[in-house]
Amino acid sequence: MCRKGSLKVRVVCLLVMATVIVGALVGCGGNGNSEASPTSGTITVYTAIENVLAGRLVETFNARYPDITVNLVRDSTGVITSRLIAEANNPQADLVWGTAASSLMVLEDMGMLEAHAPEGLDRILPMFRSDKNPPTWVGITAWETAFIINIPELEALGLTVDDIRCYEDLLRPELQGHIIMPNPASSGTGFLTVVGLMELYGRDGGGWDFMERLDVNIQDYIHSGAGPANMAAIGETVVGISFGFPGISRLQEGAPVAVVFPEAGSGWDMEANALIAKDNINPAAKTFLNWAISDEAMAIYNEAFPIISTGEGGSYYGFEGQNPVDQLIEQDFVWIATNREAILNEWERRFGS
Amino acid sequence: MMMRIKSKLADFSVGQLAVLSLMIAVFVVIMVLPLVSLFARAFQNNAGEFIGFDNYIAYFDNPSLLRALWNTIDVSLSTTVISVVLGFLYAYGITRTNMKFKRFFRYMVLIPIFIPTIAHAVGLISLFGRQGIITALGFEIELFGRLGIILSHVIYTLPQAFLMFFVTLEYADGRLYEAAESMGVKPFTQLIKITLPEVKYTFINAMFVCFTLAFTDFGAPIVIGGGYSVLATDLFVQMTGLFNFNMGAVVGTLLLAPAVLAFVINRVTNSANMGAMSAKSTKLVIKENRTRDIGFFVFCSIVILCLLGLVGGLAVRALTVFFPFDTSFTLANFSFSATTGGIGSFFNSIQMSLLTAVIGTAFVFVYAYMAEKIDRFSAMRKIAKLFSMIPMALPGMVIGVGYILFFNNPNNPFNFAFGTIGILVVANILSFFSVPFLTATGALKKLDKEFESMSDSLSIPRWKLFLRVTVPLSFPAMLETFMYYFVSSMVTISAIVFLYTPRFRVASIAISHMHAEGVFAQAAAMSLLILLINVLVRLMYELSNIFHKRREKRRQA
Repeated sequence: MCRKGSLKVRVVCLLVMATVIVGALVGCGGNGNSEASPTSGTITVYTAIENVLAGRLVETFNARYPDITVNLVRDSTGVITSRLIAEANNPQADLVWGTAASSLMVLEDMGMLEAHAPEGLDRILPMFRSDKNPPTWVGITAWETAFIINIPELEALGLTVDDIRCYEDLLRPELQGHIIMPNPASSGTGFLTVVGLMELYGRDGGGWDFMERLDVNIQDYIHSGAGPANMAAIGETVVGISFGFPGISRLQEGAPVAVVFPEAGSGWDMEANALIAKDNINPAAKTFLNWAISDEAMAIYNEAFPIISTGEGGSYYGFEGQNPVDQLIEQDFVWIATNREAILNEWERRFGS
Repeated sequence: MMMRIKSKLADFSVGQLAVLSLMIAVFVVIMVLPLVSLFARAFQNNAGEFIGFDNYIAYFDNPSLLRALWNTIDVSLSTTVISVVLGFLYAYGITRTNMKFKRFFRYMVLIPIFIPTIAHAVGLISLFGRQGIITALGFEIELFGRLGIILSHVIYTLPQAFLMFFVTLEYADGRLYEAAESMGVKPFTQLIKITLPEVKYTFINAMFVCFTLAFTDFGAPIVIGGGYSVLATDLFVQMTGLFNFNMGAVVGTLLLAPAVLAFVINRVTNSANMGAMSAKSTKLVIKENRTRDIGFFVFCSIVILCLLGLVGGLAVRALTVFFPFDTSFTLANFSFSATTGGIGSFFNSIQMSLLTAVIGTAFVFVYAYMAEKIDRFSAMRKIAKLFSMIPMALPGMVIGVGYILFFNNPNNPFNFAFGTIGILVVANILSFFSVPFLTATGALKKLDKEFESMSDSLSIPRWKLFLRVTVPLSFPAMLETFMYYFVSSMVTISAIVFLYTPRFRVASIAISHMHAEGVFAQAAAMSLLILLINVLVRLMYELSNIFHKRREKRRQA
């Protein structure tokens, strides 16, 4: 029943964006501040990395660079991105760290990113960086569609975790009204799940047909990607379609959940870093960006995210006997970027309420 | 002699004109210009070119966006009807009956405004969710969606409606009732013929306050609304999901509709004569009536039980290991991870809220006095009144993004304020301006116009009258305003989410982050801390109020 895809990860990262004015900004950029130093000063970092993880990472960074003060503005990907866009004519951030690549592409499109090749860039897999040279953004981790299942609630329906292995299993009649999924218009996770289903079941109709059948079992579409995992953790739903990180976090905190990565593969997006284009670029920001893809940083990302952009695998919960990178399906980011609005409109037409 | 009086009068007008102009100028800078910066985008395309009403046409052509508009009107109307009726009855019970524990009831009903709206939703889930305490007793409701939004909104707007009715009903002119009594008018007829006309103005205001608060609230729909889309969530999706500031601006202008309507209706009702507190008013003596007292006691108890249930719902989450699957007791949830701002964010919140309350109260009362008690410059006063109603309809997100676009411009002379605690305070003063303004106006309307004419004829400057007579007489309303600003700033999220700086994080933002990250227990724990500090501050206020009353009494004796 399940389509077991032997899908190699091949990403066509030829993002044909509108003409970027980065060049012009680079011209008037430069290092105007004579006092600025790469190992001291204050940098403002906007990030969507979860608080707990971001805090630990900054501590580690400061152990190495004690004279650089890191001011962290942390919020959801959407809030961080719209804050950056609103501040476009006088950017407050020096750099953006661990924020969805799909969002950074929007910023790149607006000429807000400064190309920068951090040290150790050669270790990053090509699928995880922008195709510009030097790159406008560099990925650090990927996140992917996962099912977070409340075990006691599932068993109350007469099913076991082994019954939920792939997307088709979500169509079981027992699950009617017991699945929560993020709204793709407000959640990056929702969008990558929809795109993943379209890639797996067909862009012209097949994907939508599947979602129509899934819709029968959907309890609610909500405005948050981590929300469905959190709702499953407290038993407000049986299956939350979400991503791995919140599910595994809740599991470690004691929630009676299982995290399942669908067998056919997961739609995905990556968290990436970029330098913000502005008149006085603080050299300490580049220091941070260099460190942010170092082995030291990658090791910490790797504790929370099985998939890091160097592609190094390991053994992780939910990925037994498999390199987590292989979980990612083939995605054509050019097609996704071009069709984003049309996909969201079609989704809204079918499932909006 | 005549000449001297005339020139004196002219002097007053110049002073009044200066203050009134200053008030309006402040509003232009903190509200009009930021709004213009944002709303200009409603008429632009993505390239920033002017395209007229094309965005609006696109909006009204889109059935799913239009549905959000109807949904919003639906939940807002339901909320308004329930909250205004409950708020009136509750305030009536406390001011016009002899039931027991009035003081207790009066304070307990304020609980919802002491905790962030996200916490209301978390509490409701603990009670009515699939794993809820009340659901377990066999009482099941479809919480997520329309019903959950209405429930949250009623909880959130009930104290506001109550406060408005309370202030109005508390200042009763006993002479009317004495006269009615001596003419043998029945109590029910007294209610219809005296009490209701007395509160007519408040009734209309309360309806608009509840309606617009529900119309523009974002916290409840985002947490508990599920897929039920309303304008505020649409705005959120447009701004932070699709990064379409232009369509966001279109939705933002639609959210302003109730405020504009309120202004029109306010102008109509304003011409009617208000039952004013005159120098001759006597205190109302409440008659004995056991049935009435018991009836209101039962009603108020039910309301309070529901609100306490909400706090209980928060408490079980905050004090257990992992509700509902591991319900053993723990205090671990109160040790907040430093990464969300930790306990420091709590003290930052207190600092920000105190500043907002002090500056906000002074500003509101001077503003309300200029709008209400001056005879000249009627055109400017009308503008001032229109401005005063708009903040109520402004979703925090509109203020936040408007502030970024306006203040974060290097050419803006006020740019220095951006990224400071000052901008948070200003955003809060603006966000919560309307309700204190109505409280202040209500209190000022109750003061006899005679004071003004007397002071003018005695050549006493208005500022002296304001400080010596108006301020002491409106002291209870001023304290109320101070409290309102303090507690609202403690719990607010949506405006400052775009404006807070990394060096100055506040507790309400920490709660929204904890909620988003799924650590509901810590979110509940922090909400309880905020509740605690708000209750403590409220107690201090009550003590100072009692002290003030005693001193007044001594002075009169």
